[in-house]
Amino acid sequence: MESLAIYAPRLVTNKEYFAPGHRACMGCGEALAVRLVCKALGRNVIIANATGCMEIVSSQIPSTSWEVPWIHTLFENTAAVASGIEAGIKVLRRKGKYDKKTKVVAMAGDGGTADIGFQALSGALERGHDFIYICFDNEAYMNTGIQRSSSTPFGASTTTSPAGKVSIGQTTWKKNLPAIAAAHAIPYVATACHSYPFDLMSKISKAVEVKGPSYIHILSVCPTGWRLPSDLTIRAGRLAVETGIFPLYEVEEGKYTLNLDFPKLRPVEDYFKLQGRFRHLSKETISQIQEMVATKYAELKKRATRNDY
Amino acid sequence: MATKRVGMEGSFAIAEAIKLARAEAIAAYPITPQTHIVERLAEFVANGELDAEYIPVESEHSAMSACLGTSAVGARTFTATASQGLELMHEVLYVASGLRLPIVMTVANRALSAPLSIWTDHSDIMAARDCGWIQIFAENAQQAFDLMLCAFRIAEDPAVLLPTMVNIDGFYISHTIEPVEFLDQSVIDKFLPEYQYPYPLDTDKPVTMGAFGPPFIYTETKKAHEVVLRDSKKVILKVWQEFGKLSGRNYAPVESYKTENADVLLLCMGSFSETAMMAIDKMQAEGEKVGLIRLRLWRPFPVEELRQAVSKAQVLVILDRAISLGGAPPVCSEIQAALYPLKTRPKIISFAGSLGGREISAKGFEELIHHGVGKAKRGELDEFEIIGVRD
Repeated sequence: MESLAIYAPRLVTNKEYFAPGHRACMGCGEALAVRLVCKALGRNVIIANATGCMEIVSSQIPSTSWEVPWIHTLFENTAAVASGIEAGIKVLRRKGKYDKKTKVVAMAGDGGTADIGFQALSGALERGHDFIYICFDNEAYMNTGIQRSSSTPFGASTTTSPAGKVSIGQTTWKKNLPAIAAAHAIPYVATACHSYPFDLMSKISKAVEVKGPSYIHILSVCPTGWRLPSDLTIRAGRLAVETGIFPLYEVEEGKYTLNLDFPKLRPVEDYFKLQGRFRHLSKETISQIQEMVATKYAELKKRATRNDY
Repeated sequence: MATKRVGMEGSFAIAEAIKLARAEAIAAYPITPQTHIVERLAEFVANGELDAEYIPVESEHSAMSACLGTSAVGARTFTATASQGLELMHEVLYVASGLRLPIVMTVANRALSAPLSIWTDHSDIMAARDCGWIQIFAENAQQAFDLMLCAFRIAEDPAVLLPTMVNIDGFYISHTIEPVEFLDQSVIDKFLPEYQYPYPLDTDKPVTMGAFGPPFIYTETKKAHEVVLRDSKKVILKVWQEFGKLSGRNYAPVESYKTENADVLLLCMGSFSETAMMAIDKMQAEGEKVGLIRLRLWRPFPVEELRQAVSKAQVLVILDRAISLGGAPPVCSEIQAALYPLKTRPKIISFAGSLGGREISAKGFEELIHHGVGKAKRGELDEFEIIGVRD
């Protein structure tokens, strides 16, 4: 019956902490994810945001979409800034100068997490700061115009990994950030997607209660960068999960839980055919990817000691 | 009033100042010759002598980034670095000042690679010259101690709210044991009251910090920053004056040494000044009309004080401890710009030297001044010269 939590709507606050009126593209999955995250976080939070789409669309002087204290500084240092906020609150609390319950949250895209901010993230996780790091993974540098990152999936065409006569697009497999985060032996790691809003929000709520670092990796569908009709954002997110390309799971104190499983995974082609970034892929390449997805999914399933479905 | 006078390494004296200032957050990453400062602070925290959060970050970039966080929630924040470390945190320096976060930092000045050099010169700070911080130079351990304490008062003044760095020449100040006079905690507590940042990240009063500025507002934000940095001089003067009353040690943006009746002035920054003083003493004893100008405040640049200090000189010999490859040495070009609008101004002779820790002795300074005077007489004013280069 636990699986109901994934589908069954629960009471969700009407209060918006990520206010409308921002400049995100139509159908932006990341903006939706941020909105859901903020609802789950509530008001007792300080957010450190990396440079990227969300910072640009939400904070142009003199307007702001943020109803909670929020700071943006640079691209690669968000985990370090969050470390500082957490440490600062800690010392002020100890000295009797701060008495509020506050969770510190770092937010960044996949470039800001998997590439340029990787070192700062690793440092902050290793030092054990009490904070949540959320990676909104739209699988490329969308803010600068769809350049590949180490989180771009194999075969995707981007502006710096274009498909061409002698190239299939991205030639490397997506970097496994949740596994890297889990390798830091932190208390809580989870994957989520805005297409499963209640699962996403319950994971955020869980992370708020964790003492120490949490890492949440949220697949955030980007119609602009994925070359996808903007009304298919939710469907694309669902297909990423249903094909086994982006499984929803948690790692609690090293123990893996698969949150959602299917009697049979859908073929990856169902997911690919919606998106222009995969349009060039040959049958051979698709079956190669299919095989790899199946292997990786099986590995994950084997590792999952509990199945939450 | 001042109390004990003890022999102490410059780095440890700085750490004492940070402890007396009751710093609340310290981000630390090791780099020679700064490391002794953060090592000593780690001991203070470990022994419970200083109640601070000590963040052992994984890089200087993260050191300054963590400082942004601690300062933004209102904790009194300190870090220290040098050389490559300062360059690695380069972009973060601009954010610290642009967000008006009163972080205090010691920079143990050191040359930049390549080739790798751990020894002192001013290449590191000159590359970060335009980062919008208040930048002060100390000449010895005592000054480093005093100026660090003053740095917190200056940075945190509600009219300033700018990050402030005190430059100390690596090894010359950081690793040399010198007599230092300390001040009692009770005196410091009165001089430096508990810190209250007026605009912290606060869940009761949400603020958006670090919003992005399109062309219609960016210029105005830079102008505001420029105005507040220039105006910070008034606060700097006030704080130094107050500190002078407490300690008997007085500081000024431009300090003159035996410049009455001097036709020829030498100008330098940092620990050099002490050696140069020996040369000035000797030359004056021998009847030469020479004096010394020590530039203490580098940013905001003290144009008025400088003009005043050199107004009567015939020749001004400037020794830079850094070069701007392909251009004029930074201190000299700054001074030339400051003096250019004046009807009468000294002839300026520009030298750069002591790069990467090469020693200049008192005798070396004497020769340097004579060489400069010779060049001035011959009218050789247009090119700077790197001194002490082997052929």
